[in-house]
Amino acid sequence: MTSRRARGVLAGDQSSKGSAAGVSSHIVIIGAGQAGLSAAEALRKRGHDGPVTLIGEEDAPPYQRPPLSKGYLSGELPADRLWLKPPAFYDMAKITLRTGVRVTALDRAAKRVITADGEAIGYDRLILATGGAARRPAIPGADLPGVHVLRTLAEADALSAALQGARRLAIIGAGYIGLEVAASARKRGLEVSVLEAADRPMSRTASPLLGGWFGALHRGYGVDLQVSAGVAAITGAQRADGVRLSDGERIEADVVLIAAGLNPGVSLAEAAGLDCADGVLVDAHARTSDRDIFAIGDMARFDSELYGRSLRLESVQNAIEQAKAAAAAICGAPAPYDPVPWFWSDQYAIKLQIAGLIEGADQMVRRGDPEEGAFALFHLKDGVLIACEAVNSAPEFMTAQRMIAARARPDPDRLRDVTVAMREFLS
Amino acid sequence: MGSDVFMAKITYIEASGAEHAVDVEDGLTVMEGAIRNLVPGIDADCGGACACATCHVYVDSDWADRTGPRSSMEESMLDFASDVRDNSRLSCQIKVSEALDGLIVRLPEQQG
Ligand SMILES: Cc1cc2nc3c(=O)[nH]c(=O)nc-3n(C[C@H](O)[C@H](O)[C@H](O)COP(=O)(O)OP(=O)(O)OC[C@H]3O[C@@H](n4cnc5c(N)ncnc54)[C@H](O)[C@@H]3O)c2cc1C
Ligand code: FES
Repeated sequence: MTSRRARGVLAGDQSSKGSAAGVSSHIVIIGAGQAGLSAAEALRKRGHDGPVTLIGEEDAPPYQRPPLSKGYLSGELPADRLWLKPPAFYDMAKITLRTGVRVTALDRAAKRVITADGEAIGYDRLILATGGAARRPAIPGADLPGVHVLRTLAEADALSAALQGARRLAIIGAGYIGLEVAASARKRGLEVSVLEAADRPMSRTASPLLGGWFGALHRGYGVDLQVSAGVAAITGAQRADGVRLSDGERIEADVVLIAAGLNPGVSLAEAAGLDCADGVLVDAHARTSDRDIFAIGDMARFDSELYGRSLRLESVQNAIEQAKAAAAAICGAPAPYDPVPWFWSDQYAIKLQIAGLIEGADQMVRRGDPEEGAFALFHLKDGVLIACEAVNSAPEFMTAQRMIAARARPDPDRLRDVTVAMREFLS
Repeated sequence: MGSDVFMAKITYIEASGAEHAVDVEDGLTVMEGAIRNLVPGIDADCGGACACATCHVYVDSDWADRTGPRSSMEESMLDFASDVRDNSRLSCQIKVSEALDGLIVRLPEQQG
């Protein structure tokens, strides 16, 4: 496919008010992950009739990432259960899926994207959904064989193959992915060390109480979890054989996983001069500083009215809902995106569900008993509920989503009282 | 697709009345059976993690015994789906097996 434009292919190209993308315009989406696929699907649901081209660098068709650190890594879920859609979907929905194709440049003036092979693909509207790459901090030894990161299916396969026959895994970073991998690796019978520089697990996004509780959970399953443990180097001559901490202690390992977060994939956008600041900056309709270019998912930073600051979220929900907002705007039916963020994590038999964001909270209310393995932590700011961390507590999680959206001011004493059903907070 | 894999016949009936009778591989979930066969009306945003409640279905009364009971997590998630009834289930929590050959599920007007 070359830079052929589809504009006006259908009789009566219905350019909608204020948005020049008619129903028959060509929409190009870069990044065939959760957000890109969701955008393609939402465009069709909204009645976009013109060509949709979904370009992805990975060889695999769009797939779910969450199982990569959970069921897929522990071996419970085969690869063919990761696909977001069956192959027939793309034909049925007339979505041109181009996997194994990397876009290397945006030519905004000519409204086309350039691939690694030098192919130029023209667009009327462009959606950036490039996600990001696992961060590899500049630790000495980080490029040794035997050192892994986890973002893609290929990286999950490489990690899984390395764990086959290995005895000890060292994980650098106790965020969600680090901890989920720890749980999956324990299921596979490996000895696991988790090394975290902060003073508790999940320090970036979770409350101290929750982080501490998960720390204890992992220790209970035999994980050697070390906090306030700075990593000085990954050791090994030909391949990684362990990790040395800043205090000199050495942890032996056959396999090392660096789980240190994500670098948002902004290089194309930056090079093309779009406004970026830890993510591509977008408005409530996922529109970048170029009106014909949208950005969605892990790579996009938007202004949240609910939280009064800009947010870049890394979650399936955000990828799906922001994709829908972009599609709505492109189809001339804009609906501003201002979500209550939510997220889940599965570790051992524990389901963690988080609604909202805890940053800025000044009061915490506990409901239920952490000792019993099911409890919820509500976080308020100036009396308004802004977040809920729910451990095996779905009603608290589901209710909190609605309360946060409504900027509810629950009575802390009732919230704490497990005899008051969560439903009562919705009336 | 291996011929030795058991395929259960499952009929999904959309709120509009449109029927989709498809074969679903043993071991998959009823949610996955819909996604794989392009049956519309199930979003399954969380991919089966019992975290989103967008895979809501109604199990035909004749089948309620064979699909088994809801787990407590499913029960609580379902509480917040729209138009929940006695025979509501999250389809990602129903595993397909020979015992479900012939299963009929109906889809709600909307998810979430
Ligand atoms: C191991 C793991 C576990 C997770 N668990 C959870 C969870 O439990 N719950 C949850 O809510 N979220 C979870 N997440 C986060 C969630 O998966 C992401 O937020 C989501 O995938 C983001 O979707 P996206 O489309 O923005 O990015 P991605 O899914 O990363 O898709 C981006 C795609 O763009 C492609 N791309 C990038 N640059 C180019 C280019 N130049 N040309 C062509 N293609 C390009 C990439 O190859 C990639 O395939 C997890 C993530 C990981 C890695
Ligand atoms: S797919 Fe999310 S709860 Fe079933």
